[in-house]
Formats: sequence, C-alpha cells, structure tokens
Amino acid sequence: MSGFFNSVNLKKELCMGCINCIKRCPTQAIRVRDGKAFIVKEFCIDCGECIRICPHHAKEATYDSISIMENFEYKVALPAPSLYGQFNNLEDINIVLTALKMMGFNDVYEVSSAAEIVSELTRKYVAENEDKWPIISTACPTVVRLIQVRFPNLIDHLLPIYAPVDLAAINAKKKAMEETGLPPEKIGIIFISPCPAKVTAVKSPIGIEKSEIDGVLAIKEVYTSLLPFMKKSMNKVEDIGKSGRIGIGWGSSGGEAGALLTDNYLAADGIDNVIRVLDDLEDQKFDKLEFIELNACSGGCVGGVLTVENPYIAKVKLKRLRKYLPVAGTHLSSDESNEAFWTDEVPFEPVFKIGKDMKDSIKKMARVEELCTKFPGLDCGSCGAPTCKALAEDIVRGVAKEGDCIHILRDYIHRLSDELSRIDSKR
Amino acid sequence: MSEKIVLNYDVDSDDFTRAGEASSKVKRKLKLMGVDPDVVRRVAISLYEGEINMVIHADGGTIQVIIFPDKIEMTLRDRGPGIEDIELAMRAGYTTAPDNIRSLGFGAGMGLPNMKRYADDLKIESKVGIGTTVKMRVDIP
Repeated sequence: MSGFFNSVNLKKELCMGCINCIKRCPTQAIRVRDGKAFIVKEFCIDCGECIRICPHHAKEATYDSISIMENFEYKVALPAPSLYGQFNNLEDINIVLTALKMMGFNDVYEVSSAAEIVSELTRKYVAENEDKWPIISTACPTVVRLIQVRFPNLIDHLLPIYAPVDLAAINAKKKAMEETGLPPEKIGIIFISPCPAKVTAVKSPIGIEKSEIDGVLAIKEVYTSLLPFMKKSMNKVEDIGKSGRIGIGWGSSGGEAGALLTDNYLAADGIDNVIRVLDDLEDQKFDKLEFIELNACSGGCVGGVLTVENPYIAKVKLKRLRKYLPVAGTHLSSDESNEAFWTDEVPFEPVFKIGKDMKDSIKKMARVEELCTKFPGLDCGSCGAPTCKALAEDIVRGVAKEGDCIHILRDYIHRLSDELSRIDSKR
Repeated sequence: MSEKIVLNYDVDSDDFTRAGEASSKVKRKLKLMGVDPDVVRRVAISLYEGEINMVIHADGGTIQVIIFPDKIEMTLRDRGPGIEDIELAMRAGYTTAPDNIRSLGFGAGMGLPNMKRYADDLKIESKVGIGTTVKMRVDIP
C-alpha cells in the first residue's frame, strides 16, 4: 500500500475543537491542534466512529456524488445487501433492483450474489487450511487494516479471498464488456455502499493490486433518489435478483460465518468488541475455532455510517426478506475459483512504532514512562490528545510539548507568579 | 542512560476480570517499541499464563518486567502456597486448580507447560508455605 488514504474529511468551520472524537477513536488517531480535530492519517483505520460521535457534524465521510454516473457510457450498480434493509414494507428485492435501473443504471450486479461465491470458496478454504484456523474474515476493510497495523501475528489467519464487492466488480465488468463490446474505461462499476471504508479500500486496496470499482455512492444518498422510482417500478418489476438467503445474510453480523455451515465460529461486531477479540486471539485465549467473522460496525454492514435505518431494525428487515428465498441463488463457476484469491502479500505496517531501533525505543519508552508520572493522569483531553499517555507519546515523537498539558502549564504559571511576587516584595 | 526499562505491576487476587491486565500493558508497550511480533506474542502468552496462575493459586503477587535491547526478563513473585513437586507441576494437564476455577475454563494444567514452551528460559523457585518465584526470559533476535 502506498501512502495513507482516509475516507474521513473534516469540515473545519463546524469543528469546535471539543474532545468527543479524540476520546472515541479506537486507535487514538485524532488530536485537537489549534482548536481543530486533526487525523493522524497512518493511525486511522476508517472505522467511522468519529463521524458517528461528532455532535457538530464536522466529520464527513468521503464518497462519490451520484453525478459520477455521467462519466460512463454504461453503468452497472453494485448494491450492497444492507441496502435492502433500509426500506419499510419491502417485500421483493427486485423492486429495489428495478428502481436502480430506472434511476439510470444499465445493469445491476448484486454484491450478495458475489458473496455467495465467496462463501462457497471460504468453505473450501477453511476445510483445506486447518493449520491456519481460526480463519479471520476479510470482508470488512477496517478490520483488515486494523490487523495490518496492530495485530501482525494474525495476518497469516486472514482469509485471502476477495471481498464480495471486489469480486462482484470483476464479474460485473467482465459481463458488461461481453454484453456491450465497450472498452473497460467506458463502463462504470458503481458500488452503493453502507460504509466509507470501502472508498479507502478502492483507492488503496489490501491483498489485491487494483480494485475494479469505479465509484462508491452512499446508501443514504441513493436512498432518497431511489424511493420515487421504487413506487413507479411496482407494476413492472423485473426479475433481476440472483441471490439467496446466504447472500442477503452477509448484510448483518453473523451472516458470513453462518454461511459456512459450521457452528464452530465466532462473530463479533462493533470496533471495541473486534479489538477485544483480536487481542485475546493473539494471546491464544481461545482455540479450536474454525472461523472468525469481524465487523467494525455494530450490527454488521447494516450499521455502516452511510446507512439510514437503525442497524437492528435493518437486520430484522433483511431477515424477513430472506425468509422465502432459496439458500443460495448463485454458484461458483470453474473460472472464478482461481480469480477470487488475493494476489498480493499483506505486509505488517508498524505505524505506531515509536523508535527507529530497539535502543532508541527503550530510550523513548523510558521517557514516556517518566512523562506519565508528571502528568495528572486525568485523561482530560484538554491538551488535544486522548490520554495523558498519548500526550507523552506525542511529545516523544516530537509533535507535542509538555506545556500542552494545562495542569503542567498551570503549575508553571503558579511558580512564575510566586517568583514574581517574591522578587516584587524584595524591592 | 541505562539501556533498559523496568516495569512493575501488582496482580490482585481472585479478580478474574482484571487478570491479564499486566500482560496487556506489556504487550501494548512492546508493540509500540516495534519489538518483533513473534517476541511480543511469546511474552504476552507466557506472562498471561503466569498472571493467571498467580490469581488462581497464590492470592496475587507482583510482576517485574525488564526490557533490554536483546531480551525481555520477567519475574513473577507470589506468597502463595508454593509448589510441592515442580516436575509434576510442569507436566501438561496436571492441575491443582479447584473446581470453581476449572468451571470458568481455567486451570487445565497447561499454564506452566505453555510458559516453558513460549519462553526461551524458565526458572522456578518455590518453597511450600512461603511462595513461588518464576523467572522467564524471551530473547529478541
């Protein structure tokens, strides 16, 4: 991966410089500097927590505008399964898919359909790679990035298979080229996403060289454009849907693991829970699990920051929609089995490393410890760092100073004024 | 400037929710220092096992971790009941943990064997009725 890209943007004029986001960030990637929140790019894993918590709506997810469709002659929509959970009283997924075509897409390729292929491949991979158990799912880009920067010992456990959306993009592009004869650059593969981390995953993919996705739209934006078309589509619904219960299940937590037809799995959702599982997993506190499904958002993809509906309500709606569908609607074709595997190694990126070598690290860590004894330990956030320890680390990294701590500053001013009055009284 | 860091931790007795705190803190520090991931893993596992042992058998104790550029030394001291037969205690699956502990999923008799497996060196000094000191070393390649 080259450089660091994040899908979170700060609207400076709205940022009050409060400490909500710095406190919430699970990787302590945010600082308040000069009264404004600032993301340390290499620490950010695109979990979206700061977007959720900001009371001033100063954090904005990056995604493409619907007008990106105009850049392409032939447009294919890739709806995430979580999209189907956004609507009230929806009884047929085809209504959504037909409406997408009425909205201006030439074709629709369901991500849930590719997910069923990924499930099939995963079942095989899990069975054949017992030495790598537990296999950790890689569909959530935030989880993959988190493991890459913080849990190097778990990289070997990552499922080296394309995320459903990336596989869907490859298949959709191929299909569109065959059907239209157009060159790839004239075909726009547009993902309708619950999550801004996918924007990052498109710009700096992990495990694969290049993503075939040409644009990422937010469910919450497509939602409003889609509603009027859904009403219109009611009387001429096309039979487009190709996915079954397994594919739709991927939209919420437990769906991916449930599709593996084993009980020997764990599914955790919510970034703090995910980190806890990874920490315990690294310490080998549980064994004999075959598979671990992790979703950074509570509830799974339905909990993504670009969705509209309450994630748990959306989960119920997906469950209802799945009820009368076949187990799986899409099956693996022989040429897909090789193409769906990662091509690139995932290197450990020690972005948090404090020293250039062990001796330097020892020196710096000793300094961190020393600074921590000086600070009040209140973790008040007034310095702009989330904890006293984080401030100490920042100082050692050379990006903050002791006087940023208002308690140290106050003591200094007290000493100074005592000194002044002493000098004054001597006169 | 001496080239080492000394870290001291107290381990509380009978508080399973807090067992593992010291090893988590050490793990976090080692990661921050850029220590080889495999070394971090081995330190974390062996220290965690030791910490759990102190909670299960010895009413807590103290842990000292010294980080050198080329090795990590861990000393776990307790004033617990002591180990009667160290050789027997080292055997995989041998346990003296009471049922209430075993029902929590601990006390499978793998603590000391795992510590031996993951540390480059393990020394146990123990006197019945006085306490146990476990010294472990993990080398940094």
